[in-house]
Amino acid sequence: MAAVKLFAPVMSTAATRVVLCLEEVGAEYERVDIDLATGEHKSPAHLARNPFGQVPAFQDGDLVLFESRAIGRYVLRKFKSSDVDLLHGSSLEESAMVNVWLEVEAQQYDKAIFPIFFQVMVIPNIFHGVSDEKVIGENLEKLGRVLDVYEARLSQTKYLAGDFFSFADLSHYPITHFAIKFPQVAPLFEARPHVKAWWKSLESRPAVKKVAAKLPQLS
Amino acid sequence: MGGIKIYGMPTSTNTIRALAALNEKGLDYELVIVDLRTGAHKHPNFLALNPFGQIPVLEDGDVVLFESRAINRYIATKYAEAGPDLLLSGGTPAERAAVEIWLEVESQQFGPPIASLVFEALIKPMLVKATADEAIVEAQAAKLEKVLDVYEARLAQNKYLAGEHFTLVDLNHIPYTNYLLKTSKAALVTSRPHLLAWWKDVSARPAWVKTAAGIPF
Repeated sequence: MAAVKLFAPVMSTAATRVVLCLEEVGAEYERVDIDLATGEHKSPAHLARNPFGQVPAFQDGDLVLFESRAIGRYVLRKFKSSDVDLLHGSSLEESAMVNVWLEVEAQQYDKAIFPIFFQVMVIPNIFHGVSDEKVIGENLEKLGRVLDVYEARLSQTKYLAGDFFSFADLSHYPITHFAIKFPQVAPLFEARPHVKAWWKSLESRPAVKKVAAKLPQLS
Repeated sequence: MGGIKIYGMPTSTNTIRALAALNEKGLDYELVIVDLRTGAHKHPNFLALNPFGQIPVLEDGDVVLFESRAINRYIATKYAEAGPDLLLSGGTPAERAAVEIWLEVESQQFGPPIASLVFEALIKPMLVKATADEAIVEAQAAKLEKVLDVYEARLAQNKYLAGEHFTLVDLNHIPYTNYLLKTSKAALVTSRPHLLAWWKDVSARPAWVKTAAGIPF
């Protein structure tokens, strides 16, 4: 059976979300680089995979998928086993909680942390521009409020969807891996003991360590 | 057995999203009003249901859920046998993958610009009586144009967004599209023939007609 293929640069945090799922389930996969600097993501070949011209795209035989959270669900469902079931699809209530906290990641967490990541990391390093401190400040406040909710939640349950690890937790890893090192962001996690412990438990997972080791070091 | 409750407001797009799903399934429910204008969403009783202080919340027996897209997945899963199979649970892996992809497209590509545009052009003037910031409306409309070009191409090849069948994907798009058509930017939809045909089809569904009748403007 041919391995699945992931089309994206190593830097892509969305691609890392998929790689984490593949590593957690132990699936064989190939990576194909998409060179953003030369506009390869807007090439006809890539637009045929992802009409929005974004990364990642994913291929499994004849099937082509895009949107990392959709690809992640596909991978976790296809390669689900009695040992690894990160969607908890066989329990209506548990899977509902996974879906709630996956939405929280997309709608609350990412909307606060991504602008910070973009201003602190992407603008200076990729666009050689100047960060907008006002945007950073506003989003740090937003992130703090989101993390207050997480702190309260994680003092009730070990992980976000319940006392079980799930895709909801894993989905937070890619961008947080970088952002938690920013001097503006680190204290937000340090100050919240349950959030801090939850992050440490994510970092200590074998699949996460394996993926983290391959991510670029950034200044 | 307690009935299904939705906590929200009849004008709130995300509340409407959940009501639309319940109506597609032919389910009875009670709408418990949480009026954002009075700050009811920040009251401790409500924060106990949704710690993010947002509407809607669904209560179905002991199950309490927030985030309208998660609520809709739950409704589509628990009540899969009632009405249309909104998540194509009986479909092929390819069909289910298409549903997952386009659910995310709604959430990641369509949702942010249309929510911003609708808030600025319709909600803000109506609910808080402030004038729309036209620069924001134009900027969000420009983003939405690019997204809707992809939708137009998609719907030229497929009757519905996930393929041949009406699914949760289409449903999740209805409430914001409905409001967009009440703004100065309705042409974003009406100028795109396949998108307009899709809209005429999905908005004619009896469940949507029932849901729309409950929207006070």
